[in-house]
This record gives sequence, structure tokens and C-alpha cells, in this order.
Amino acid sequence: MSQWVRVQQEDFDLSTEVARLRDGRKDIGAVVAFVGTVRDINQGDRVSTMVLEHYPGMTEKALHEIREEAHRRWRLENSLIIHRVGPLAPADQIVLVAVASRHRGDAFAAAEFMMDYLKTRAPFWKKEQTPEGSRWVDARVSDQQAAQRWEHADADI
Amino acid sequence: MKITILYFASLREQLGCAQEVLDVEANTVEELLPILCERGPQWQQALCDNAHLQVAVNHTVVDLATPLKEGDEVAFFPPVTGG
Repeated sequence: MSQWVRVQQEDFDLSTEVARLRDGRKDIGAVVAFVGTVRDINQGDRVSTMVLEHYPGMTEKALHEIREEAHRRWRLENSLIIHRVGPLAPADQIVLVAVASRHRGDAFAAAEFMMDYLKTRAPFWKKEQTPEGSRWVDARVSDQQAAQRWEHADADI
Repeated sequence: MKITILYFASLREQLGCAQEVLDVEANTVEELLPILCERGPQWQQALCDNAHLQVAVNHTVVDLATPLKEGDEVAFFPPVTGG
């Protein structure tokens, strides 16, 4: 696994990761970081815990491809994806996407693109525990639509 | 030919199987599916009657017409829900 794509059980620290991403460089003018966290409510039900399953090998490959595509589409100095797996509780951090660029436009757009593609292309599955028992989370149409916005965007960039 | 088949998330639970190595004659994923679905209604429902079924061959998402060869790793899974 490369240092810029990590799939891990452990938590991460945003400040540490952003400092690593910037690496003291003075040509970086913008860092955009997105942190996804576990909600305690989904589709009207209380969520007490969650387990994230993934497909080892394919997950890392998919995340690398998403990162490389972002670097092709925008002018980026560096980027980082961390995704956690295993048991998680409400308020836990799940995912970090951080992007460094010279100007903010590239970093904002690339971070959103990477999250939209991660949600629809990287093989992770959430199983949540509710008072009614455990259930696999269904994929959302809105996530598909968010990812589709980028599919014909090449000509615009 | 021998292929490895993996099942993830809800499919793994429905089928009670995470991984198997199968010696099978199937030129494509499309030819492999009916062989698996013959195993019973559970398999038919989880794989062949599943409009949302996702398939990856050697870690790349593919369509059903994708050719298979000796040693391939085929994975079946539901739509992804990470992030």
C-alpha cells in the first residue's frame, strides 16, 4: 500500500495527515480535507455500531485509480485517501480525502470528485446495528447521481 | 479450468460462502452464473435474479460478457456503500 492510499482499522489524526501531505512545501496554496464520520441515525433508525467490510486488494487498486484520475483532471500537488475498515461507532471517523494544490479551485473540485467516486467505485460495504437488528446499508441513488456529474466532465476541465 | 470465486457483504451471508475454488468450464462470467445458480433457490436469487449484482474479475469491475481464463479471481458483490 502506498503512503497516499491507506486502508486501515486504526483511527487517523487530521492535523498529522495534512502536515504530511503539505510536507513543508511553499508552493502549495490550498489544502482541502474531507472527513466522513459515522452518524448515529440512518433512515430514521438509531445506529449503535457499524462494521465496514472491504475487498482487500481491489479496494487499494480502486482508490489508487481514483486518485490518479483526480491528478489527471486537475492540477494537484499531492493528495491522500485514508479509509477505515472493521467495527466503528457513531462519531468515529471513517474516511479522509485531502488534496493539496496551488489554488483552491483545483483542491475543492478534486476532493469532491474523489469522494463521489470513492462512494460508488471502491468496494466497501457498511453493515449497521440498529434496535431492530443488523442490516446492510443500501446504495443510494443520490450517490450514483453525484458520481455521474463527473463522467462527462473531461471536456470542461 | 480453475477459478477462484469470492462473495462479499450481503451475498456472502445469503450464500454462506466467502470464497471457493471451482474447476469449471465457462468462457465468460455469463456462462459461469447459471452453473452457480443451479445450486438452488438461494443462489438463483442472490446471483441470477439480482439486478444490482456487481462483478469484478481480477480486481476490475466488468460486465457479464467478460472472458474468463485459468486462475482468474471472480468476485460477486452488491453495490458499494463506503465513504
